[in-house]
Amino acid sequence: MKKTMTGHKAVAEAMRQIEPDVVAVYPITPQSEIAEYYAQYVADGIVHTELVPVESEHSAMSACVGAAAAGARVMTATASQGLALLIEVLYIAAGLRLPIVMALVNRALSAPINIHCDHADAYLARDAGAIQIFAESAQEAYDYMIMAQRIAENERVRLPLIVNLDGFTLSHSVQVVEPLPDEEVKQFVGEFKPVYPLLDVENPATWGPFAMPDYYFELKRAQQAGMETVPEVFLKVQEEYAKLSGRPYKGFFEGYKLEDAERAIVIMGSTAGTAKVVVDELRKKGEKVGLLKVWLWRPFPKEEIVKALSHVAKVAVLDRALSFGNMGALYLDVTSAFVHREERPTFVNYIYGLGGRDTTTEHIEQVFAELDAARPGELRYLGLRE
Amino acid sequence: MLQLKTWKEVTIGGVVPGGATPEANKTGSWRAERPVWNEEKCIHCLQCWLRCPDDSILIKEEKVTGIDYEHCKGCGVCAGVCPVDAIQMVPERGER
Repeated sequence: MKKTMTGHKAVAEAMRQIEPDVVAVYPITPQSEIAEYYAQYVADGIVHTELVPVESEHSAMSACVGAAAAGARVMTATASQGLALLIEVLYIAAGLRLPIVMALVNRALSAPINIHCDHADAYLARDAGAIQIFAESAQEAYDYMIMAQRIAENERVRLPLIVNLDGFTLSHSVQVVEPLPDEEVKQFVGEFKPVYPLLDVENPATWGPFAMPDYYFELKRAQQAGMETVPEVFLKVQEEYAKLSGRPYKGFFEGYKLEDAERAIVIMGSTAGTAKVVVDELRKKGEKVGLLKVWLWRPFPKEEIVKALSHVAKVAVLDRALSFGNMGALYLDVTSAFVHREERPTFVNYIYGLGGRDTTTEHIEQVFAELDAARPGELRYLGLRE
Repeated sequence: MLQLKTWKEVTIGGVVPGGATPEANKTGSWRAERPVWNEEKCIHCLQCWLRCPDDSILIKEEKVTGIDYEHCKGCGVCAGVCPVDAIQMVPERGER
């Protein structure tokens, strides 16, 4: 049944339906409402989750690691500075192969302090070893929170997973969301099967042992192998979920009017919605433009992206965060995928929407209009006062 | 020589099944000085056993029986707290 709700409520609803054993969370703008909704569910006895109201995000992720090693299904949520504070422990969660699912309500990083959306927090977590998915809408945030459990908990994957949703744009705006019935979600996510749970006192195990130069490298390679199995698992879970929900999830990204496109934009998050409006308008005028919206950012689906973009002449990659001293991280992902390919587009990089700067249809029109004349490999800034 | 595992053979997350592994790990090789226990002087007050940070004072029925050199790091706390000088720290010279 269709309902109206904010992105936060959609995420909290997915969490309520999944009903993890433990949620350890610390409030931060704009994520606070997720923590508040979930605390309310616990207080009202709607869920039987152990809610750990910790004193910081570093403690939140630490409690998540402890609970996950103990054998619990664990979830959390954060944003911006909170992600920055817990990043140390996110690396540990990944290294210990703990499938902790986290909603990241994207917000700019200080300084200067700002509470609005960009993707700097997600970019900070890029190399931590967490799977990262970006949602365009509240519906996608809801759906991927549910799929996340199955992907992260797969016995060959066993990695933390971040579902990114744009702060305020998605988290606080009311949209139409169609949740699944509680029972269907419970059945879809199934029972959590822990590996070497610490609470299994009959079978003791040592977690987090010291690994010297003789073993550290092997363990990190094994962790990479966990990442390498994600695409296969992602597609399988997505296919099953598409069947269950009736929603058209197929692939690591959404290609929008891309098949015959001559110019295209690559983008992540809610601005993809704005870009689709522009693609539709320009198509009406006969312009062959398209869009590639990334769902799965880590691991990066480079082979598939090459296939989807090879025929396009000009591509603008839009990054909503700076990688100081170089091109945007998504731009580097996309262009490096083409490095040994004969057939490839020319690329331009745009940095857009930092600190919540609004990106409008006019901005996206500007990107398409400039694309033909743009110098290949140029780094441009969209919506900036020059 | 211990056969090291390949990356395909290590356990997920480096977990060590079985637990309680410190005993199997010989960690006493980096000692610079070794405590030498004098059985005749020892009054079995167990101050050394209480304070040893590595559980390396061996006891049986509340009496000291020796020192576990496979885990002792040579910190000298035992020699320091002994009220009757029954433990002396002597430089390691490579002998076992």
